[in-house]
Amino acid sequence: MPESEGRVLFTREMKKDYTILVPTMLPIHFKLMLNILREYGYKCELLENTGKSVVDAGLRNVHNDTCYPALLVIGQMIDALESGKYDLHKVALMISQTGGGCRASNYIHLLRKALHKAGMGYIPVISLSVGNMESNPGFSLTPVMLDKIFYAITYGDLLMLLHNQCRPYEVEPGSSEALVDRWAARLTEEMRGRGLVRYRQVKANYREIIRDFAALPRQGSPKTRVGIVGEIYVKFSPLGNNNLEDFLLSEGAEAVVPGLMDFCLYCVYNLLMDHKLYGLHTKLRHKVFEFIYRFLIKKQWDVIEAVEEEGTFRPGGYFPHTVDLTKGYIGHGVKMGEGWLLTAEMLELIEQGTCNIVCTQPFGCLPNHIVGKGMMRLIKERNPQANIVAVDYDPGATRINQENRIKLMLANAAAIEGAAPEAPWEKKNLPQTPYAPEYGLDESASDYAMSIKW
Amino acid sequence: MGMTIGIDIGATTVKIVVVKSGDIVYEQYERHLSQVRPKTLELIRKAKDVIGDKPFTVALSGSAGLGVAKAANLPFVQEVFATGEVIKTFEPDTDTVIELGGEDAKIIFFTGGLEERMNGSCAGGTGAFIDQMATLLDVTPEELDTLALASEKVYTIASRCGVFAKSDIQPLLNQGARHEDIAASIFKAVVDQTITGLAQGRRITGKVVFLGGPLYFFKALQREFVRALKLSPGNAVFPDMGRYAVAIGSAIYAEKAAQPMTYAELVDRIEQAVGEAPSAKRLSPLFENADEYAAFLNRHAKASVAHLPLDEYQGDAYLGIDCGSTTTKLVLIGEDGKILYEYYAANKGNPVEVIRSQLAELLPRCEGRIRIRGSAATGYGEDIIRHAFSVDAGLVETMAHFRAARHFNPDVDFILDIGGQDIKCFRVRNDSIDSIMLNEACSSGCGSFISTFAQSMGYNVAEFAKLGLFAQYPVDLGSRCTVFMNSSVKQAQKEGAGVEDISAGISISVVKNAIYKVIRAASADELGKNIVVQGGTFYNDAVLRSFELELHRDVIRPSIAGLMGAYGAALYAKSLGLEQSSLISLEQLKEFVHTSKSAVCGLCGNHCNLTVNSFGGGKKYISGNRCERPLGQEKREELPNMYAYKLEKIRALMDSKPGKRGTIGLPLGLNMLENIPFWHAFFTELGFEVVLSDISTRDTYIKGQFSIPSDTVCYPAKLLHGHIQNLLEKGVTNIFYPCLTYNFDEHKGDNHFNCPVVAYYPELLRANVAELSDARIKFLYPHLGIHLEKTFADKIYGQLWNDFPSLSLREVRRATRVAYEAYNAWMVDNKQKGREAIAWAREHGKKIVVLAGRPYHVDPEINHGIDKLIASFDIVVVSEDCVADLVEPVKVHVLNQWTYHSRLYNAAKYVCSQPDMELVQLVSFGCGIDAITTDEVREILEREGKLYTQLKIDEITNLGAVRIRIRSLLEAVEERRRAHAGV
Repeated sequence: MPESEGRVLFTREMKKDYTILVPTMLPIHFKLMLNILREYGYKCELLENTGKSVVDAGLRNVHNDTCYPALLVIGQMIDALESGKYDLHKVALMISQTGGGCRASNYIHLLRKALHKAGMGYIPVISLSVGNMESNPGFSLTPVMLDKIFYAITYGDLLMLLHNQCRPYEVEPGSSEALVDRWAARLTEEMRGRGLVRYRQVKANYREIIRDFAALPRQGSPKTRVGIVGEIYVKFSPLGNNNLEDFLLSEGAEAVVPGLMDFCLYCVYNLLMDHKLYGLHTKLRHKVFEFIYRFLIKKQWDVIEAVEEEGTFRPGGYFPHTVDLTKGYIGHGVKMGEGWLLTAEMLELIEQGTCNIVCTQPFGCLPNHIVGKGMMRLIKERNPQANIVAVDYDPGATRINQENRIKLMLANAAAIEGAAPEAPWEKKNLPQTPYAPEYGLDESASDYAMSIKW
Repeated sequence: MGMTIGIDIGATTVKIVVVKSGDIVYEQYERHLSQVRPKTLELIRKAKDVIGDKPFTVALSGSAGLGVAKAANLPFVQEVFATGEVIKTFEPDTDTVIELGGEDAKIIFFTGGLEERMNGSCAGGTGAFIDQMATLLDVTPEELDTLALASEKVYTIASRCGVFAKSDIQPLLNQGARHEDIAASIFKAVVDQTITGLAQGRRITGKVVFLGGPLYFFKALQREFVRALKLSPGNAVFPDMGRYAVAIGSAIYAEKAAQPMTYAELVDRIEQAVGEAPSAKRLSPLFENADEYAAFLNRHAKASVAHLPLDEYQGDAYLGIDCGSTTTKLVLIGEDGKILYEYYAANKGNPVEVIRSQLAELLPRCEGRIRIRGSAATGYGEDIIRHAFSVDAGLVETMAHFRAARHFNPDVDFILDIGGQDIKCFRVRNDSIDSIMLNEACSSGCGSFISTFAQSMGYNVAEFAKLGLFAQYPVDLGSRCTVFMNSSVKQAQKEGAGVEDISAGISISVVKNAIYKVIRAASADELGKNIVVQGGTFYNDAVLRSFELELHRDVIRPSIAGLMGAYGAALYAKSLGLEQSSLISLEQLKEFVHTSKSAVCGLCGNHCNLTVNSFGGGKKYISGNRCERPLGQEKREELPNMYAYKLEKIRALMDSKPGKRGTIGLPLGLNMLENIPFWHAFFTELGFEVVLSDISTRDTYIKGQFSIPSDTVCYPAKLLHGHIQNLLEKGVTNIFYPCLTYNFDEHKGDNHFNCPVVAYYPELLRANVAELSDARIKFLYPHLGIHLEKTFADKIYGQLWNDFPSLSLREVRRATRVAYEAYNAWMVDNKQKGREAIAWAREHGKKIVVLAGRPYHVDPEINHGIDKLIASFDIVVVSEDCVADLVEPVKVHVLNQWTYHSRLYNAAKYVCSQPDMELVQLVSFGCGIDAITTDEVREILEREGKLYTQLKIDEITNLGAVRIRIRSLLEAVEERRRAHAGV
């Protein structure tokens, strides 16, 4: 096996007949992204195995005090490898790597250790990271691919947003999910070929997607909205959070889940903060990051605008504004794990009127001590309507305990709400957005642009 | 107003109330022993006459009520919400409600923003915990309460969770502490746990109403709450209806929200209700059929030890005593190793008495024919037993087990011992111990959990275990710890799991805990061919079978599995080659008395809780001490100890000089303990009077306890809340505690981060310590890059001038220079001193232990005096930073990106090259990053043939478990030396 510093490489030859296995986190987004990879000649498969055997494989192969997402992701992969479905000499694994001071940046290393221990050390592991933390001769993300993956995220976020706002009210059960699937197929089809995505087409798609969802027959009175924030994996992955969204739905609530784009923006924003706080990166690189940041928030704004224009649905938050909300709560130097973004998302949800929040975290999650549980007192003090419950996820935690706590939060929600909010699907005039769609760095708003004071 | 009924089905009890026109006319409270629906029906039927045939409204509540309500299609209200309703109606001027149930603890704040909260995942099982502890002391919960009321003192018992608390209580029992004091300490632990786990940053003040079964029944618990919260009599309310609060709340809710129904309808609905579908989390049976079980028994029957009736033997004999955490074992062997006499039973919290009565039975039968030529004791109670009965020798239990297993099967590759409290494993290679794996706190008490659980279900262990053998659908209870398992059991019971399925499930979970968390083996091949399992827990065939199934391998269980420790001790006694044993004689035994009293040692700042045992005739045994001083022995020469040295250096900075710019306070916690020379020099140079918070004590923790928002964070972080309080008490108005994402770059790894908790704890403090938001207090917590010497002055100037406008950039630059110099000199001095200590040790022929942790482990409240304990074994203690620079940076298999952790890898590598050095890793509970480093450090050491020892510490102060680990290491090293020397 070709190796680099003891690491098994994914070679050009492997690209031809190896199947790359990818663990699931966000079902909609990941489906779109994998389709893009396939277009570039990678054989890949999204792992959908769940259940006890996944957890058991994790417990067997990962230190049990490691965070739950590592245990699940690695467990899911090992379980798949042991299932007999794959030719072990024709598979590779892919795992995302964000880097940073959280122990999550060690997942890829723990995966390799686990493979080694399980006698499968020859299986190459590909790190999926924008910064190219590890390189493999057989795998690279070209700028065009990144461009497409980027749109897979914006599409994914939009579909997730609309799906969440329709599902609790659909007349025909499963109709909004079917619509998501139909669009996922269509978008994949459109992104075929190797050319850049045409943005005009993307914007037209946004509008058509929104119209399609708006046309979906829905009924019933408005339900209690519950925001979900937390460590990225347990926040998004049904495997990680015991199907939290389904549970909330069954309790008569509507789930509100801030999208993945915010996390991407958070990562870029941190690069800007690194420059400001520690003088990291050259001036030129910093300029590039600034350009990327502006580019991304502009794209986010376009989605928000499309949603507002149509008028049926509540758009997601606008990142520079979300950043601004944290003022007086948490410093933007807090960049490990979900960092200050987690606090920001709670504040964003509260501002949008979603005062009921489930803050999900793996048991013993280090950054969440600070940015999740650590900020709740202050948030509640300044926003008395906030109704937040922290839920720990762990292989040993009982579902009934988790659900009982969420039920308490829901009971409080019902008491707090009193007056029912307007039906979300009724056409109404949204209040003029309080923040301008300037796609530059909002100098007055973001901490980044503030003078060096705290 | 009509009639309304509230039914509260909790984790352990059912409560029902009938309310007519606002008056409670009927109430009933009973344990359901997991028979949720039958018990509920029974209580409803009992109320038939009261209810009559008029229509009424009804609502259910409680964690078990949820399932019943769903199945019977009855209205349900969440229990904490129901409590809130009831308090608003009956005690509207309440500020706070604390409610403790069987499994959950809840708190409701009314004033200052309504907030309802339940305990976090770790703090499960309040009532269940008290029940378990009562079982441990062999009393009923009511007797436990009576005992506690007669207490004289309260021991510090870990309050993080039931498992930790038990780990503290067990050694206290074995050291002979008064049961009254232990009982009171148990209630105190519940109180502490409630305050940290639930208050989470909000102060519990004003009028507090206490609800729930435990708070109604246990007067001692009430007393401890009132004391801890400093409540005036009028402000602490323990209402008579406390147990029924949730049920009453449900009734109130029912009146508002439910449709009327009749008695017949209600009974009918509950009768008809099909229980929740069993969860999918079921496992395969242990045995398919009786034949399989018979074959299994046959195979294991082969592994038996020869016995010889005591009355037929004549000659020399050797006595082994294993005084374990929950059971006491005694074995007498003859010259040829045959067992002449054996005893195995629960110690019922009083091992001394058990041994006394056993000796009283055994000695007369030996009289004349059998000469006891040697005796040895092992186990948690080793010391007290040795002192009480003049036993010849003691050996650490790991070695006793190892000896016995080797005697049993000389080719053994792997030994697993699951005792009541501990799980121990050894890998044997080349005739000596290759590695030792001992459980850490979370895996403690697995063995005794089975027996306490069996008892609480009304079975003895053997019966209970048998039930599990042929269970069709064993439940999956997870493997994290017994607290989590216990709460999983509750869930399984509510889903209708039978006792058989639970029994099998518990056995499987205990085994999984051992395999996944202690042994950490992915496959049986890592363990080798000949695996011997022992410890009382393995008498349980279900446990044995689960282990074989999980490992896919047959193992050997000696017929004396539970006696192996005692057997090993007897073998050891024999190996001593004594002419005559010093064991207590029959005459002396008749005079034997045992009394104990508690005392606090005042000889140093640790203030150890001592237990003084007297055995008559002036014989005494003192326990609970960390060093030799209270034993009245001659003061031994002080060995070099880097932990002590570093702490003294910090102390020397405590004297402050007035400065022209006023005072600035620095909290002495986490990374501050290492960066103190830097900040001290920096601010002193700028003309500030630098005030440090005092070195931590237990009180530091208590003082800040109420503002800790996350109960699963590490203890070193929790202490900071107390340090901030301490600074505020000193009247400091400027407090400086920076956020440091990056640490100094020591060029040992891929990066130089701090861990997220160290890096950002100041942010958390600002958000949770209310006083820091006071306008008069300046809490400065800028994000700084301490690793960037070049730009540091400019950056910090930008952060400081706003608050201190008189500062000039030039001054700050100069102070920066001084600070870096001071820091570098400090670090160089530490390394220099460390090397001197090593040289001194070699000159004097002493062993060296590198106690590898984090800089903040020098804090005596964090390390609990472990450095002194190790030194008491005549060992020179150095810290990881002293040796981390002596090798080239080590290449590890993980991302090596935290400065403190990189030192660990390097220290481990260095130790490998030094024959007279061992490494002991200190790990704080909740340190997520150490889940990564411990595996790596172990690997580095074991690759080079060194033994790895890990000490996991938290607020637990009892060092019994630590002592065993240190002794195991030392004796294993000795054992290896002997094996290699061919002795």
